[in-house]
Amino acid sequence: MAGGAEAVRLGAEIERRERELRGLRERLAEVLAGESGADSEEGSAGVSAAAFPAELPPLPAQASLSAAAILRYSRQLVLPELGVRGQLRLARCSVLVVGCGGLGCPLAQYLAAAGIGRLGLVDHDVVETSNLHRQVLHGEARRGLPKAVSAAATLRLLNSTVHYVPYCGALSPSTALELVRQYDVVADCSDNVPTRYLVNDACVLAGKPLVSGSALRLEGQLVVYNYQGGPCYRCLFPKPPPPETVTNCADGGVLGVVPGIMGCIQALEVLKIASGMGSSFNQFMLMFDAREGKFRNIKLRPKKADCAVCGDNPSVTRLQDYEAFCGSSATDKCRTLHLLSSKDRISVEEYKKLLDEQVPHVLLDVRPQVEVDICRLAHAVHIPLSKLEEKSEEYLEYLKKRICEEKQRTNGQTSFPVYVVCKLGNDSQKAVRIIQELPVKAYGPVLAKDIKGGLMAWASKIDPTFPQY
Amino acid sequence: VTSSPSVRSFCFRGGAELLFDGVKKHQVTLPSQPEPWDIRNLLKWIKTNLLKERPELFMQGESVRPGILVLINDADWELMGELDYKLQDQDNVLFISTLHGG
Ligand SMILES: [Zn+2]
Repeated sequence: MAGGAEAVRLGAEIERRERELRGLRERLAEVLAGESGADSEEGSAGVSAAAFPAELPPLPAQASLSAAAILRYSRQLVLPELGVRGQLRLARCSVLVVGCGGLGCPLAQYLAAAGIGRLGLVDHDVVETSNLHRQVLHGEARRGLPKAVSAAATLRLLNSTVHYVPYCGALSPSTALELVRQYDVVADCSDNVPTRYLVNDACVLAGKPLVSGSALRLEGQLVVYNYQGGPCYRCLFPKPPPPETVTNCADGGVLGVVPGIMGCIQALEVLKIASGMGSSFNQFMLMFDAREGKFRNIKLRPKKADCAVCGDNPSVTRLQDYEAFCGSSATDKCRTLHLLSSKDRISVEEYKKLLDEQVPHVLLDVRPQVEVDICRLAHAVHIPLSKLEEKSEEYLEYLKKRICEEKQRTNGQTSFPVYVVCKLGNDSQKAVRIIQELPVKAYGPVLAKDIKGGLMAWASKIDPTFPQY
Repeated sequence: VTSSPSVRSFCFRGGAELLFDGVKKHQVTLPSQPEPWDIRNLLKWIKTNLLKERPELFMQGESVRPGILVLINDADWELMGELDYKLQDQDNVLFISTLHGG
């Protein structure tokens, strides 16, 4: 019983410290927000955490550059392509950055450094440890803080003469149009399909150019939409992709420098548009393959007369419900599949109990090899989902062998349990479906169930020393 | 006129290659047929010969699924007649899945 009392005491202690941490984070957020708004009269608008402000004052028109600005921007001022005229245009330009992640961080950094007049920074999320390898405006001390506030605080140290407006919330159909109208150029640095359609439609309705970047794994893509009579995102993609075909950075992975490169090129195009040079990617897509070290320029279709939003007879004349349109969420970090009914699934707690009771079974880990290399449960049998999907003889034979071996330890119970695990509990459900269809003749009666929440649930609920990724 | 068997190459990018064993560049010999090969036939051929599992992740009906762009010699296939485009010698056909991550 002494152990039970100790557990209660430790639980209470953890809770107390977590409360304390939360309080500290809130205070830090306030301090950082205060800093980023300190030099502008309208500083209070937008820097508070809730914030989609109704109206921003126009940026002051300057007839000439100050001596301080001349010194600061001298290396780019001497470029005939930019010159004083271009620099003054940058100072009068406001840019809305949608997403302060892997693309938004480098983009905002170079725009701030170059002397853009105002940067609106939208992000609904907070900084997490797994962001730091690519979201380079945030540091270790910023974990738990809103990304928009963290980005603004870092940028202010770089260039305090820019006006930063952090928006700590998701861009939504009810706020997007009003927000986009207050900016001159929009940069889509988001990470999901509904937001891409939302930003596109808002830009078309408000008549703003959209510099759109994306990155995944070792590839990047960039297009400038709705610019000088060119196509919009919907002209290219009238229908959203089926949700099950969309991969995010958490699932697919991304090498941090790849969005870094794409975000920098986005910044370049924003600067060219803002300064009057014009963009190179109107009706063109830039594709970057980091593995091959190749850039490719793709000639795209022109603006489509039958486009639902920018065409001659648009059916989209106001913003819609984009999550319903795309069948996916704009703010969820991971999709949760519900393929199996609850009788075909067990919780990590239930699995732990089975382990403790030494119930004979096979634990099948269906993650790709690269994830198994990161961490694994020692007793698990590993067969990647892809090998099950293609019904690989070699792997199925291996599974059969392992089931037979384990079965020897039982006295021929009616159906032998196989528990399937993956990272989050999506792929494991697909695998259970496949195993349920295996011929009984060859494998004997098998009872396959998946472990809800996968190894990440195991790490958070059962074994805190198990790595999370 | 019957076209003779022809060697064609095409590529997959943006994650579309993952549906084809992760192979980005494919070189294949298309069988001879009375009509010249167009993209419609090529897609049909790819579906039967290369795409063994889960064709719905690549195709929808006789075309590619939404979210995949087809490029012919680095130009959007919309500019070239889409499914009806007749393949020429040396044509470079590329299927790219659009990326959404950031
Ligand atoms: Zn359009």
